[in-house]
Amino acid sequence: MIPQAFDYHAPKTLAEAVGLLARFGDDAKALSGGQSLIPLMKLRFAGPAHLVDINGIPGLDYLQEEGSTLKIGALVRQAQLEQSPVVKAKFPLLADAVRMIADPQVRNRGTLAGNLAHGDPANDQPAVMLALGAQVVIAGSKGERTLPIDKFFIGTLTTALNAGELVKEILVPIPPANSGGAYYKIERRVGDFAIVAVGSQVTLDKSGNCQKVGIGLTNAGPTPIKATKAEAFLTGKAPSEANLTEAGRLAAEMSDPASDTRAPADYKKAMVQELTIRTLRTAVARAKGGAA
Amino acid sequence: MSKTTSVELGGIGQAVKRKEDSRFIQGKGRYVEDFYLPGMVYGAFVRSPFAHARVKQIDTSAAMKVPGVLAVITAKELHGVKLAWMPTLAGDTQAVLADEKVLFQSQEVAFVVAESQYQAADGVAAVEVDYEELPVVIDPFKALEPNAPILRTDKKDQKSNRIFHWEVGDKKATEDAFRKAGVVISQKTHYQRCHPAPMETCGCVVDHNPATGHTDIYMTSQAPHAHRTVFALVAGHAGLVEHKTRVIAPDIGGGFGNKVPVYPGYVLAAVASVILGRPCKWIESRSENIQSTGFARDYHTTTELAATKEGRLLGLRVKTVADHGAFNAHANPSKWPAGLFSICTGSYDIPAADVQVDAVYTNKAPGGVAYRCSFRVTEASYIIERAMDSLARELKMDPTELRRKNFVRADQFPYATCLGWEYDSGDYHKAMQVALDAIGYDALRKEQAEKRKKGELMGIGISSFTEIVGAGPRSKFDILGLSMNDGVEIRVHPTGTVLARTGVKSQGQGHETTFAQIIAEELGIPESNITLEEGDTDTAPYGLGTYASRSTPVAGAATALAARRIREKAKKIAAYLLEASEQDIEWKDYQFQVKGVPGKAKTMAEVAFAAYTNPPPGMETGLETSYYYDPPNLTYPFGTYVCVLDIDSKTGEFKIRRFVAVDDCGTIINPMVVDGQIHGGLTEGFAIATMQEIRFDEQGNCLNGSFMDYLLPTAVETPRWELGKTVTPSPHHPIGAKGVGESPNVGSPAAFVNAFVDALSHLGVKNIDMPVTPWKIWRILREKGVA
Amino acid sequence: MSSHKVTVTINGQKRSAEVEARMLLVHFIRDYLRLTGTHVGCDTTSCGACTVLLEGQAVKSCTLFAVQAEGKTLQTVEGLAQGTALHPLQEGFKEHHGLQCGFCTPGMLMSAAGLLSRNPRPSEEEIRWGIAGNLCRCTGYQNIVKAVQFASDKMAKGG
Repeated sequence: MIPQAFDYHAPKTLAEAVGLLARFGDDAKALSGGQSLIPLMKLRFAGPAHLVDINGIPGLDYLQEEGSTLKIGALVRQAQLEQSPVVKAKFPLLADAVRMIADPQVRNRGTLAGNLAHGDPANDQPAVMLALGAQVVIAGSKGERTLPIDKFFIGTLTTALNAGELVKEILVPIPPANSGGAYYKIERRVGDFAIVAVGSQVTLDKSGNCQKVGIGLTNAGPTPIKATKAEAFLTGKAPSEANLTEAGRLAAEMSDPASDTRAPADYKKAMVQELTIRTLRTAVARAKGGAA
Repeated sequence: MSKTTSVELGGIGQAVKRKEDSRFIQGKGRYVEDFYLPGMVYGAFVRSPFAHARVKQIDTSAAMKVPGVLAVITAKELHGVKLAWMPTLAGDTQAVLADEKVLFQSQEVAFVVAESQYQAADGVAAVEVDYEELPVVIDPFKALEPNAPILRTDKKDQKSNRIFHWEVGDKKATEDAFRKAGVVISQKTHYQRCHPAPMETCGCVVDHNPATGHTDIYMTSQAPHAHRTVFALVAGHAGLVEHKTRVIAPDIGGGFGNKVPVYPGYVLAAVASVILGRPCKWIESRSENIQSTGFARDYHTTTELAATKEGRLLGLRVKTVADHGAFNAHANPSKWPAGLFSICTGSYDIPAADVQVDAVYTNKAPGGVAYRCSFRVTEASYIIERAMDSLARELKMDPTELRRKNFVRADQFPYATCLGWEYDSGDYHKAMQVALDAIGYDALRKEQAEKRKKGELMGIGISSFTEIVGAGPRSKFDILGLSMNDGVEIRVHPTGTVLARTGVKSQGQGHETTFAQIIAEELGIPESNITLEEGDTDTAPYGLGTYASRSTPVAGAATALAARRIREKAKKIAAYLLEASEQDIEWKDYQFQVKGVPGKAKTMAEVAFAAYTNPPPGMETGLETSYYYDPPNLTYPFGTYVCVLDIDSKTGEFKIRRFVAVDDCGTIINPMVVDGQIHGGLTEGFAIATMQEIRFDEQGNCLNGSFMDYLLPTAVETPRWELGKTVTPSPHHPIGAKGVGESPNVGSPAAFVNAFVDALSHLGVKNIDMPVTPWKIWRILREKGVA
Repeated sequence: MSSHKVTVTINGQKRSAEVEARMLLVHFIRDYLRLTGTHVGCDTTSCGACTVLLEGQAVKSCTLFAVQAEGKTLQTVEGLAQGTALHPLQEGFKEHHGLQCGFCTPGMLMSAAGLLSRNPRPSEEEIRWGIAGNLCRCTGYQNIVKAVQFASDKMAKGG
């Protein structure tokens, strides 16, 4: 499996990179981790005439807390997130999810930004970032813009990125105390894309009710899905089994999975419901300081 | 003089570390793709996107303009050299390149040859083929319907899509048995289409020298001699005559049956090398491997068992529709169209059986290879072990009790089955008991009963299989007429070290170590002083190759007997050196001793030196011999496997909690290697049972054509295997060994599926077809109102 | 379609070649540098047979372009042993029968090397997750896990 020939560009600055991308437009692809793009090129499903490799741009691999935000640069690899003490301590949802993405070698290359920019509803990070309420900072030749993650995914393999634009960084709000999250992925085999997966993030108020709820669904429709109905239902309510079950039902209602080689749609839909309940349960337990 | 021991020699029964490993762990193995010859060109295939279509036109003009492209070969060119069609190992014909029409998706349509593999890929992309789609036949049952389109229009006498109807057994006796029966069960199962998928795909480098007429073929071959003969028979007219053709199977990255057939790629690389006068490399991609070469199984079977109300088996009736794909390219001995499927009475004393197999053509890739399987024994073992569980359920009897009641007893061996096999040795009751004790069967059944009360799902599955391996005997077994025996040559050098060569070919089994151990044991020479070579037809003696667990039963026996021939001659030399009569010499403690005179002895090394420096007058110089072994019977390894698993009733996810495998492969040559074989075979069985299937949509598109969707388990989900042994040597094998590589793959799928069904049996579930996946389980649970 | 001179330090040696931009790293290593221990077992980034260390991290060399390795340090299976002294992982694989056909072995060794460099004392579970990007068709992984444990123990003792 051999890719088509292309011209390779290795810009040294972000400005240079977006300049190249703007110049070549739809003929160009940005290369970061390459763990989705290169396989597609090998199958000749993708054949860009120009490849703009951003890996050589210094200063894009930062993973830092700034105030109440975790800033994740475009070249932060999944493995960096997996090994990060901050992620382990403050983002159990992300910690759960990141170790389930592909395999160690792929995580050593693949980036969070690339995982989002690919726009694949089967990728794990979109649902995680939807649940966490992240923002995406986009760089283009005309400057930068910031987009809430729920405005980022437009269609299957389509995002709000215009030709000539790049994801520069992801801003993830650091959950306050009394927060917890969890990710549950059903997969045919470790390393596979999800049959479906659900990520849930909960912040409890002083009385133990759900103050803030984020629920993201992986591979449950043509785009990554933020289960807003379930979130809205649960917000302000007690995390009782009955309420979690209803949230699960609402999440499943919002899902629109297709049958594929992984599983039929009815199973996926039912699992959205069950996994929503399970991840909410774990998220609440973690918010309460439980080990679960 | 201290006694030499088997431990010091690395003889039979010792866990000797493998000789092979040093090169593999240092990246110094040499696989086919590692051969780079001067001037080498690369070939790649244009493949059909359609499952059934007329090839109207192939336009190669754009491809020929791609830089580096040297040639584009189509069926037209192959007709010119009379190589458009080739025989399959099953005696059918197969298009080397699509001739007028394509019969399966990914069929080979054209072969592009270029200076580099990158340029070959560009050339492939530039070939334009004009197809006219034809009606597709995917369902093998529909293929047999009278109005089904006939696929093999190239065969004038082919009036339907049936390849063969084969039956064995006694219909009348079986009918009587079913009439008399107190209980009858009938069960439909599908042993799905799967693939051996060794980590190294198939490929070759062919180097034809136009000046000498010699052709070297470096090839991923499990049977280099057989392949050379096939090349000579098929392409002798094109220059591949047997005495000038050398097949070299170097290190092989796993085979499992995938590397037994001859594929179009081998033929085309040879054609390209002959045409261009340059070496040509062809290495298939993984997707090509799964989509076009050697699939296995695909047996749709109805199994019926008749028994008394007390659970005594009376009869077995089996009807199978076998999907062979577009060409009948299964790898079975000529006289056995359904291979050894008639081993399907399994471990049980069944008085009457009636077995029928109908093989059909469909628009799928050709094959039906013996994937880690002795010619359909895997399918046979699966159906009988599944049916035994169903019968036990029908009788409300514990499945172990039903098995105990019907096992062929130890005192019945040698045991003649009603379908014509003579089992050599066994103790099935013992193997099962060892397995049940190891897993704590009774306690598990109690736990299961408790769990069921709480709505928790837990299953226990048993499989007590009997294998049939080691084909010949030659009177019964041949492939394309070549009788299935294997040669071994042994040379003892003057300094007492050994070079041995065999006609089989290891693909990871560790022959270099284990066969050396056989020789060490027989000759008293340390295994470290023994080199074993295989895979080069210019040097190795003839043999039919390694598959169907036949290496140890056949070539292993030949090795022991060749070594004994060496010892016979050596004894004469020892007698001469010790100035004693041959009758007074005994082989004791791995040396020749004069009976009753302790200390008067000669080692094999001393004898070897004398064989070249001071042989007895009148005796030929040297100490070497060969042996072709024609086995008097097959060997019948067996065992009992027990699987325990837990199911999440809401998601259908499962976890294999424990898996105990008790194997009996007769004498064990190297326990470390045997355990390794069992670990690997069980893992493949687990994969088949839970994740692997090559599926097609209605248009014949392959849905699981790469490692993205044809799944191999990782270290994470692979269960931790617990192994046990019993040892019942084969009475007819020179060292009592039976072969082991396939047993775990043959025996384990039924253990897994029996466990899944057992977990759900209280809900009335009788069968789940493989692969058993969470969504299949969930659907059942939903239907039963549980999920 | 651009071509590029790629210079890498591989197993301690500086090597260069002029290659097309699309040249995959695995083909650069095998076809140009003739280090054939690194294997290709699939075409979908699934099997891990092509695993090498790039700047000390395990990567699948079939899913990187050679140009991306420009100026970088690579290690392949051929660079594991120090002269004639085997790496503890190599010893472990031999000692515990962690290989059969040997085709996945180089990639498996390099993944395990990457794992031990970031987690020198992995649990059995961590080893299994650490080699989850490498498929083996022969061993069922059980002895590979033992082999990695052997190496971890030996390296902890300063071996």
